[in-house]
Amino acid sequence: MAILSKEEAQAILKKVLSFSKADSCEVSLNGSNGGNIRYARNAVSTAGQVNVMSLSVNSTFGKKTGSASINEFDDASLKKVISRAEELAMLAPENPEFMPLLGAQTFQESKTYNENTAAMTPDTRAEMVGKSLGVAKAANLDAAGFLENSTRFNSVMNSKGLFAYNKSTNVSFSVTIRNKEGTGSGYVEQDFNDLSKMDVLALSKIAASKATGSAGAKAIEPGKYTVILEPLAASDILSNMFRGFDARSADEGRSFMSKKGGGTRLGEQLFSENVNIYSDPMNPELPSATWNGDGLALKRTDWVKNGVVKNLAYSRFWAEKKGVEPVPFGRSMVIEGGTQSLQDLIKSTEKGILVTRFWYIRSVDPQTLLLTGLTRDGTFYIENGEIKFPIKNFRFNESPVIMLNNVEALGKPVRTGSGMIPPMKIKDFTFSSLSDAI
Amino acid sequence: MKRKDFLYLSGIGASALLLPDFSAYANPIDPLQALDKIDVKIKKELADVALNAAKAKGATYTDVRIGRYLNQFVSTRDKRVQGVANTESFGVGIRVIANGCWGFAATNTVTKESIAKTAEEAVAVAKANAKIQGEAVQLAPQKGFGEVSWKTPLEINSFEVPIKEKVDLLLNVNDIAIQNGASFINAALFAVNEQKYFASTDGSYIDQDIHRIYPTFGVTVIDRASGKFKTQSALSSPMGMGYEYMNARPEDKVSGVITRYKGRYDILGDVKEATRVAKEKITAKSVEAGKYDLVLDPSHLWLTIHESVGHPTELDRVLGYEANYAGTSFLTLDKWQSKKFKFGSDKVNIIADKTQVGSLGAVGYDDEGVKCKQWNLIKDGVLVNYQAIRDQAHIIGLTESQGCCYSQGWNDVQFQRMPNVSLASGQAKLSVDDMIKNVEKGVYIIGDGSYSIDQQRYNFQFGGQLYYEIKEGKIVGMLNDVAYQSNTQEFWNSCSAICDESDYRLGGSFNDGKGQPGQSSAVSHGSSTTRFNGVNVINTARKI
Repeated sequence: MAILSKEEAQAILKKVLSFSKADSCEVSLNGSNGGNIRYARNAVSTAGQVNVMSLSVNSTFGKKTGSASINEFDDASLKKVISRAEELAMLAPENPEFMPLLGAQTFQESKTYNENTAAMTPDTRAEMVGKSLGVAKAANLDAAGFLENSTRFNSVMNSKGLFAYNKSTNVSFSVTIRNKEGTGSGYVEQDFNDLSKMDVLALSKIAASKATGSAGAKAIEPGKYTVILEPLAASDILSNMFRGFDARSADEGRSFMSKKGGGTRLGEQLFSENVNIYSDPMNPELPSATWNGDGLALKRTDWVKNGVVKNLAYSRFWAEKKGVEPVPFGRSMVIEGGTQSLQDLIKSTEKGILVTRFWYIRSVDPQTLLLTGLTRDGTFYIENGEIKFPIKNFRFNESPVIMLNNVEALGKPVRTGSGMIPPMKIKDFTFSSLSDAI
Repeated sequence: MKRKDFLYLSGIGASALLLPDFSAYANPIDPLQALDKIDVKIKKELADVALNAAKAKGATYTDVRIGRYLNQFVSTRDKRVQGVANTESFGVGIRVIANGCWGFAATNTVTKESIAKTAEEAVAVAKANAKIQGEAVQLAPQKGFGEVSWKTPLEINSFEVPIKEKVDLLLNVNDIAIQNGASFINAALFAVNEQKYFASTDGSYIDQDIHRIYPTFGVTVIDRASGKFKTQSALSSPMGMGYEYMNARPEDKVSGVITRYKGRYDILGDVKEATRVAKEKITAKSVEAGKYDLVLDPSHLWLTIHESVGHPTELDRVLGYEANYAGTSFLTLDKWQSKKFKFGSDKVNIIADKTQVGSLGAVGYDDEGVKCKQWNLIKDGVLVNYQAIRDQAHIIGLTESQGCCYSQGWNDVQFQRMPNVSLASGQAKLSVDDMIKNVEKGVYIIGDGSYSIDQQRYNFQFGGQLYYEIKEGKIVGMLNDVAYQSNTQEFWNSCSAICDESDYRLGGSFNDGKGQPGQSSAVSHGSSTTRFNGVNVINTARKI
């Protein structure tokens, strides 16, 4: 029941709108169906599955909007949810930033759904986790991991003629494998729309080899180092920066994108020339829905070109105020790179540090986007193009803006974390103290 | 995620406002609907359906939670109302043990047929996983309590206070800020009501009505000429109370460089002072990095306690159950078994408590039917205990659970969550002024700010809201760009003085994350102002 086809969703939404008496009305219908297994100490700790579907209504009179929602779909319930939203709209204060609804839009057909993933069962999940546990047990290591799959649909229709529908699947897997002594730890995480791309056995083997390889870490002095960031580590830090590409907070003077004296840094060379960032819902490796919550079509958008800020996101309200076209935030960020592998980047490094991932990243100063956090699950010293030995974890204090001004080389982007991210070689990365954590 | 994006786009992200993680399945409702209650008799009938259906399929233990989770969120920005959301999430979560393994399933279709089917699904999940399971689950015995109930002691139910009153109050907060020179202000009020019904095959039928409240704001001051911006967040605390929290009495105000609050809160008074100090921050001097004695106000210290004491004493982390997400713990079982691991100085006594009135963690019974209590985690500086639930109790030689099991909603499985974890006040009489008089070179920190700690809880870095330089026993001015870094054991062993009980206040987290899939919980941490000697302070200023 929870996953409706485009036609089924459209039929319910049309019926709901036919009951509306408001100046304008927007209805959304969403459902999901998913399950998960969590394991630790080489055994399953929790597992479950949840199916849900619900319908939400926004009714507007003038600039007054009311919302209501329901999870029953007979005619009486649909009428009830409409009348409740309309009653609440009458009572609501006017919203001076209310934007009239968009009319019909054209959206590309997304590539987010995969039948294999939708067909997963508790037994499929148990079998996959069994493979991961097998790797850990065979090597006398301890695994803790999480496997989750979901199928969902999202649809929206409004009284001005807009209709949008998207169906998607996702399977995500992560595992931390540690040695029995607790002196070594390795980690991998990966998600795909298509189950057939997910190889839990190969991924678990990488985590196991890092668990063994990171044991017996040596302490080296904190300071500025050349770092090779694996794509996951780069993604951990940069996802904090993407949210700052917002025109309104920049115009208001409260963002690293704000310009001294007023205005934004749009058009400025803020990063190294080899930095190019864009988003594209049709990227075959990282597909996303082709519309956002405002009903705007998502399309390929350049955010940074040769280090210059090319676009900031403008909500419909802020775009109108500033007299520009709205620019929706990108959902699937791609940082362009080259063809070099992680190994190639290591080979080209005389002295440096390889970082598997970062952890507990928090903003220290929003003015400069200074972040702090720590390395985790495999940090290694590189000398003369080779990994020499594992090193103890560091705390860093660094701004991604400064980091992207110190880019020496970018490798081949891979799907990781929130985007398509290349491995990166960065000079003068600031580590401020040592951590005993493993 | 969507909600956070929305709020970020609206500019609220810039003011470090903490947002609760409302259940993904919460539905907007009419505020008046929030006052409806479901008859306990009906809940018992539905619960029995689940218990019987699971047993028929071979479950050896079952618990069922029928939950109605209400949230109210009123948010304002400058002169306008940004959003008023009343949400309800209602459904049933069923947890079973079958073939020695846990299984869980949940549904928002609350009918007898759907509940029976969901109970069967939970058993099927358990049986599928039992094929790859190692050791069978060992559940600590728990006596059934029969039909019992518990309610947060409150004077005013927040959901009964008209929305207009809350909107007017927040817009008044914003006016005060703007009139006093703020560039922007966001003010918000959150109210939560968990109506939880728990039943298990142990013979308990527990009905609980739990309330929480959190008023907060973020003031931003922008200096266009220099391009600098500074913020100050509210010095309120989320509490396990009703709307009476918003009515501060004179005895709730703690005077000093800025007014702080205990028990109850004055949001109008706080915003006026917040705007004053945010303006002062624009020109305050940048700290010189080095070793300082820190004097930490309870409005700041709660978060350091939470991260460096609360999390590492969670038994599931110690055992490795959180290894893939939140991490493990440096407080390994051998340190506890030695009975002499010096976690902190002799002055450090840390108490776990699920009963403290007004705290976020206070309930009558936890989410697996265990009656709540109080116990020591650190005694005279030595590690003496952990936080455990029923399937972990045997590992630390306990014959019963400590009652730390919690789930954020009906659709999430319950697991070990932190009770209130608090630092006991000093026994000898000591005021904040007397503590500062003895500090030669120090920093006095008020309010919580940036926080980060490693996955075993050794190395941490904390910032705050306000920093004051102490020289030769006197506060000489405000500082900027302060953060302190330390190692948990070193830090707590540098604890040299704790103010007496008259300074004791609660801080807390409305939204503490843990688990996969991620869950949020609310927890309080109490302390009096405390001194730590010779801590490493760094300067966080950068140029981009």
